[in-house]
Amino acid sequence: MMEPVRDIAGQAIPLRIDNVDTDMIIPAKYLKTITRKGLASGAFEALRSRPGNLLDDPAYAGASILVAGDNFGCGSSREHAPWALLDLGIRCVIAPSIADIFYNNCFKNGILPIRLPLRSVERLMGLAAAPPTSQMTVSLVNQTIASADGVTEHFEIDTARKADLIKGVDEIDRSLREAQAIQRFEAHDRTARPWVRDMASDFLV
Amino acid sequence: MNAARHPRLLFEKIWDAHVVGDIGEGAVLVYIDRHLVNEVTSPQAFEGLRLAGRSVRRPGATIAVADHNVPTGDRSGGVAAIADIDSRLQVQTLERNVEEFGVPYIPLVSRQQGIVHVVGPELGLTLPGMTIVCGDSHTSTHGAFGALAFGIGSSEVEHVLATQTLVQQKPKSMLIKVNNRLGAGITPKDLILHIIGKIGTAGATGHVIEYAGEAVTALEMAGRMTLCNMSIEAGARAGMIAPDETVYAWLRNCPHAPKGEAFEAAVAQWETLRSDKGATFDKTLIIDGRDVAPMVTWGTSPEAVTTIDGLIPDPAVIEDTAKRKAVMAMLDYMGLEPGRPIKGLPVDIVFIGSCTNGRIEDLRAAAEVIRGRRVAAGVRGLVVPGSGEVKGAAEAEGLDRIFLEAGFEWREPGCSMCLGMNPDQVPPGQRCASTSNRNFAGRQGPGSRTHLVAPAMAAAAAIAGELVDVREIAR
Repeated sequence: MMEPVRDIAGQAIPLRIDNVDTDMIIPAKYLKTITRKGLASGAFEALRSRPGNLLDDPAYAGASILVAGDNFGCGSSREHAPWALLDLGIRCVIAPSIADIFYNNCFKNGILPIRLPLRSVERLMGLAAAPPTSQMTVSLVNQTIASADGVTEHFEIDTARKADLIKGVDEIDRSLREAQAIQRFEAHDRTARPWVRDMASDFLV
Repeated sequence: MNAARHPRLLFEKIWDAHVVGDIGEGAVLVYIDRHLVNEVTSPQAFEGLRLAGRSVRRPGATIAVADHNVPTGDRSGGVAAIADIDSRLQVQTLERNVEEFGVPYIPLVSRQQGIVHVVGPELGLTLPGMTIVCGDSHTSTHGAFGALAFGIGSSEVEHVLATQTLVQQKPKSMLIKVNNRLGAGITPKDLILHIIGKIGTAGATGHVIEYAGEAVTALEMAGRMTLCNMSIEAGARAGMIAPDETVYAWLRNCPHAPKGEAFEAAVAQWETLRSDKGATFDKTLIIDGRDVAPMVTWGTSPEAVTTIDGLIPDPAVIEDTAKRKAVMAMLDYMGLEPGRPIKGLPVDIVFIGSCTNGRIEDLRAAAEVIRGRRVAAGVRGLVVPGSGEVKGAAEAEGLDRIFLEAGFEWREPGCSMCLGMNPDQVPPGQRCASTSNRNFAGRQGPGSRTHLVAPAMAAAAAIAGELVDVREIAR
């Protein structure tokens, strides 16, 4: 069950790379798992094997925010990517643009993804690059990011998704309460589109 | 439904027809007609159902098949004989879950097993006007039939299993119109790489692409699927093409598609699935099909692409510091010298397969180049059919003999070397001409170097031992 999100205060790690794909966040060999946990060691595996890796730098221990380049989370739909970030302690990703499926997956896991103009991301990236100025406070309620340079910047977020994150809503439970509407749709559809039929008898072994 | 409403786009018609209810604040509940399930992104979803004591709402709208994590060698021993313990457990977990929840399943040993995006269309599970989802980003493939199809994460897989719906915000729309026909020897793979090279890997983020124009409507189904498949590589939520006689002709041969009167009734409705005159797109890109050349990627993003007679970029002439550094990093990873022609670059491995280019038409195109020739010394060539049906059809036509006699491996169906989850991997530092969809760093195995190409181009690279223009070795 997802944890509600309200405020995220912590250090931000800069990841100055565009097009960080979900293969980079968690390589395919770690997708053989049948659980959501235990992905921290595989997260950003190739990146973390390089010199200058900040993800394991003691100066950023406990960081909860990732400031990244354009098109973060592109590629594969693997939800293992946000699960891996959670295992690393990341609760918020800030980037100029974030790929759709990854963006969506974040909300299901209590990670706040924030799309900001490039210039704002550059400013936060600069602050995050030096540990003494890397502290930030993100308020989902107020839709603001307060940083060590004294600036408090507003960010946009879809109202429905915001409300769900704050409540930590059980989306399935809520949708199941629409069971009558779903049944009505199905009953109507059986006559409107009889060719969209059940396949169970064709394939059950 | 009110017929006299304002003009609507193809995707809006499907969207409107599937809205079950309003959640508020711009979010709606959308009904899902078909849910394709694989072994990699579903275990956590089924586990979630089990923990909450929930069931699968409509098993008959769901179909499961293992594709990502299956070996492509000898399968006579079935699932129990999968050598990798974690892979075996994952496939066994899928089998246990489909049995417990009563979900239709295509077993590993079935002739119908294969990559889910090849299997769905060939069995007739994919129909125009449907909403189709799968825990896999290349679900956009099914848009080739005029369906609204997109990839989802495991939490949404669980949501669809439990409710047969998804909570959605309406995406934006983008028209990509390709005027005139593609030139001789130019393929849909070249077209989509050309498009991604133009708009970038985030060029369609948040949008559903509708492809139109003469070059698109002239495509057969396999080509349309290749085009829609890689929409996700342009960042798109989905890619789709209005259904037409090409789609109906394909479906008439599919075992699980509607038959007889039911089929004709369906066609009458599918004919309404096109963007109305006067309906507008949020974005438009117009391309001349005659401008498209054989394409090959040089970097670690599908947008890092050039024509086969192009040059590897020189970072020294890139003014923007961030872009220069990004190109330098890609060239370093790919082991490439700046400013050199991409043509003539030696390859170690050639992979023909994947949900992008693993269909019978793709294998025919590759075999046509390979027939009577030999794979160059030192090159490993793999052909991995997209499904057992594709494999069987290829063998009936004798394509397997052409590949085997040329020195290719002829393997069992699955995702294979596209993502290197199973034993089919590109070793570190080796260079692969691949018909797959992603050239990300480490995608085909740690340290792998991928060049994305069309099937005929991959075949030509295998024979020449280096990247070449297939048109120059054509018969």
